[in-house]
Amino acid sequence: MSPAGLVPAGGAVLLAPLFLGIIHRTKALFAGRSGPPFLQVYFDGIKLVRKGVVYSGTTSWVFRLAPIAAPASTLTALLLLPQGGFPALVSFPGDFVLFVFLLGTARFLTVLSALDTGSSFEGMGASREAAFSALAEPALLLCLAVAVRESGHLSLSGIVGGMTGAEWQRAGPALALTAVSLLAILLAENARIPVDDPNTHLELTMIHEVMVLDHGGPDLGLILLGQALKLWVMGALVVGMFLPGHTGSPWLDGSLFLAGMLGLAVVIGIVESTIARLKMTRVPQFLVGAGAFAVMALALVMR
Amino acid sequence: MHTLLDALVVLLVFTNLRILGLSRINASIRTVAAQGVLLGLVAAIANAGHLSPRIILIAVVGIAVKGVAFPLMLFRALRAVKIRSEVEPFVGYIPSVLAGVAAFLISLAVAARLPLPVRPASDLLVPTALSTLFVGLFLIVSRKKALSQALGFLVFENGIYAFGVGIAYEAPTMIELGILLDVFVAVFVMGIIVFHIAREFDSIDTTRLAALKE
Amino acid sequence: MFLRRALLLVTAATHAGLALATWFVRTHDAWGGALHLDEIGHPFLMILSGLFLAAAVYAVGYLRRESPGPRADFLEGFRFTNAPEAVFIGCLLFFLSTMTLVILSENLGLLWIAVEATTLASAPLIYFHRHHRSLEATWKYLLICSVGIGLALLGNFFLAVAASGSSGAGGSLSVRILCERASQLHIPWLKGAFLFLLVGYGTKMGLAPLHTWLPDAHSEAPSVVSALLSGALLNCAFVGILRIFQVCAAAGIASYSQGFFVLFGLLSIALAAAFLLAQRDYKRLLAYSSVEHLGILALGLGLGGVAAFGAMLHAVNHSLAKAMLFLLAGNILAAYRTKNASEVQGVLRKIPVTGALWLAGLFAITGTPPFGTFVSELLILRGAVEQGRFFVAGLYLALLAVIFVGMAATMTRMAQGPAPGAPATREDRLAILPPLALCLLVLLIGVYLPPPLDAALHRAAAALGGG
Repeated sequence: MSPAGLVPAGGAVLLAPLFLGIIHRTKALFAGRSGPPFLQVYFDGIKLVRKGVVYSGTTSWVFRLAPIAAPASTLTALLLLPQGGFPALVSFPGDFVLFVFLLGTARFLTVLSALDTGSSFEGMGASREAAFSALAEPALLLCLAVAVRESGHLSLSGIVGGMTGAEWQRAGPALALTAVSLLAILLAENARIPVDDPNTHLELTMIHEVMVLDHGGPDLGLILLGQALKLWVMGALVVGMFLPGHTGSPWLDGSLFLAGMLGLAVVIGIVESTIARLKMTRVPQFLVGAGAFAVMALALVMR
Repeated sequence: MHTLLDALVVLLVFTNLRILGLSRINASIRTVAAQGVLLGLVAAIANAGHLSPRIILIAVVGIAVKGVAFPLMLFRALRAVKIRSEVEPFVGYIPSVLAGVAAFLISLAVAARLPLPVRPASDLLVPTALSTLFVGLFLIVSRKKALSQALGFLVFENGIYAFGVGIAYEAPTMIELGILLDVFVAVFVMGIIVFHIAREFDSIDTTRLAALKE
Repeated sequence: MFLRRALLLVTAATHAGLALATWFVRTHDAWGGALHLDEIGHPFLMILSGLFLAAAVYAVGYLRRESPGPRADFLEGFRFTNAPEAVFIGCLLFFLSTMTLVILSENLGLLWIAVEATTLASAPLIYFHRHHRSLEATWKYLLICSVGIGLALLGNFFLAVAASGSSGAGGSLSVRILCERASQLHIPWLKGAFLFLLVGYGTKMGLAPLHTWLPDAHSEAPSVVSALLSGALLNCAFVGILRIFQVCAAAGIASYSQGFFVLFGLLSIALAAAFLLAQRDYKRLLAYSSVEHLGILALGLGLGGVAAFGAMLHAVNHSLAKAMLFLLAGNILAAYRTKNASEVQGVLRKIPVTGALWLAGLFAITGTPPFGTFVSELLILRGAVEQGRFFVAGLYLALLAVIFVGMAATMTRMAQGPAPGAPATREDRLAILPPLALCLLVLLIGVYLPPPLDAALHRAAAALGGG
């Protein structure tokens, strides 16, 4: 338990909306527009907090719980991950499993709240979300298993920041496969193209958007924060796993980490702008493909 | 060099999985072409320690035939047949990809037990060759369209060729070129037959070729 | 048009002449030793030559009788065309050259290329009548044989691994070098190579259970092509297997390989018997008979000793008899316009010479004295009994009896009975002479085996470790 672990948590809460803003700006630039300002998500959040909220008669306490508990769950997962040279708040052997499950809990609560509204719209989104996560979560665990095997540590603190040139030299292809797989899972879990379009509002094509349709005001603001945090957490996992981190000086580590996150945001924006959205029936194939890469990477490092 | 070879070999496995999961035939043809080019590069790099004009010639001819000539022939057949994609095959796409992954894992296990006299340039070459072979046979058996079966045959031959590279077998130049020529003519003839099948049956669905029995 | 047919005849005659000359003149190696006529290849070269000459003569008559332009299908009535005659004759000649290359190849890599080339040369021949059934047969043939031969290539690579290693300059696929260095071969890899080559060339040879392309291809192709496929091509695939057996015998694992030969041989005979009994299409009947006889060849090779000599003799007999039967089937098809045996009656009355030869062919193919097949099948039986393998001998005998009953029932019913339709037509000389010549040859071998042939076959068997 190191109190220095609170610093990245606070930083994440502050910077996650900016991450989203960079992605939006990149997409706009690709589309030839000048796009929203970088801080737009902050303005959206503030606007939502000032609004009132209306609760439907069919909902219960579950519906009110989700906007609070889901971001909290994601934040707890964040505390397990070392970022930017700062250690994690809590770390113990096997904490990567807890990490995955905390993210899963957040999703579970969101799904529950969607079902709680009693609307078939949200129910449809919830069922899609559950189906796709059933394919994505094993793939995520497999990727983490590769990292565990390769680095020799059972804790996220050992996995993150351990990648040096020697690692890449020794198991380059396996790591490349894992990186591709993780990127695919990141896109799937965070409702990015090619799995889900965050800007769509058509019934047939929504997955994540539709689940939060009935939330309003501060609740929606919290949910927005939760989504941004989830994206930040998974992005931090990717950057932490694949960029060398322990250079010694905290300033260098920190700026390297932030530069990596910036690069990742731009990459996500580029991917979203260049690839078309997958047909809904193709999403399982996409996720199985990501899982297959992870399995192959695991086979390669376990030889 | 070593990691470069490993990376190319992993890309080969990736092409196998891609073909297993694709339903669009022209994308499959392009993937098989990429596989041919990768194989030529692997053949050249695996022998990088003792390059000779003969090896370079065989690699270049291999890339030209597998990466350019075969796709051209198959694209021409595809255009003449005017189809876009495969119908639902006997084994669905997701099970096919999983079967491909399983084939790779089994090949890794089998290759670890094969006592090779000469250590190949990359430890992954022989498993990849075996899994490519299996993927080719699987495609022939599980796909319905005749063009997809011809593609499966190409992948099968690629696997055997990769095995030859993996065990560092240096056949006389004539034999190597002869083998390439044989496969070339085989694909050529297959293309012609596919065209005739399309004209005769108005489709290249081989489940219609079931008149001869017992 | 006449030029093309003349070219066919001249080439066939030249090939036969050169083959005959090999009896008198010593041959030299070519292509650095890759082309070499040895004791095993000699009888097979003779068979190929003689068969092709007979087929060429028949083909000229056949092409003359086939009217140009579209014609109606016998079975289903739709109209179809034939392939251009130039393609047919060109592919026939290319087919001859590739088969010759198989027999003459001393290098297993070259042999592989030649066998694959025979597949590619014969595919257009099967697709001569351009309709959907022959297309189906051609696609099956092409795909199954290409995959099989691909596996044989894998076997070649296994063999290269077996041959490399300690000897340094290893990896050569020359049969002579492999036999010389047989003691240094890595046995597990050699066994693996043998298995893949057996499966690969066995597919081409028609060994069960890899024979599924055979009945379709042989029944849909023109009878001339079927005769060549059954009589010559299956033998060429068998030559491939003989070569790897030579290497195995030199390396000391002969009994390992022979076990597989006996197994696959008996399986082929049994499967052929099962499918023969219910067969209504008389060309498919002959095709399954080919499967049976190639199974007998494998069985003879597997038993060794005097049975190996029997197998060599049987190769000659079967090729002659089967080719004759297919050519006669072509005559019957032309006269009756149906492939269904139950619709054919009175062949003896309608086309008497063909009918008489058809009955003679029945006895020849089922191993009845005085034809040569009786001698060869008996020798194989003797081989089994001498080794004390009574189960094998008993099964072999029983299956042969079943096949005799099956084939005789169908073929005699076709020959006898009243002749429908028009009275006896005058038969084309070119359609009669080749089958007649082949029949006389089989009869001759049965009655009096010419000493030169006897000696050549004994030499071949000796090279395979038998006698």
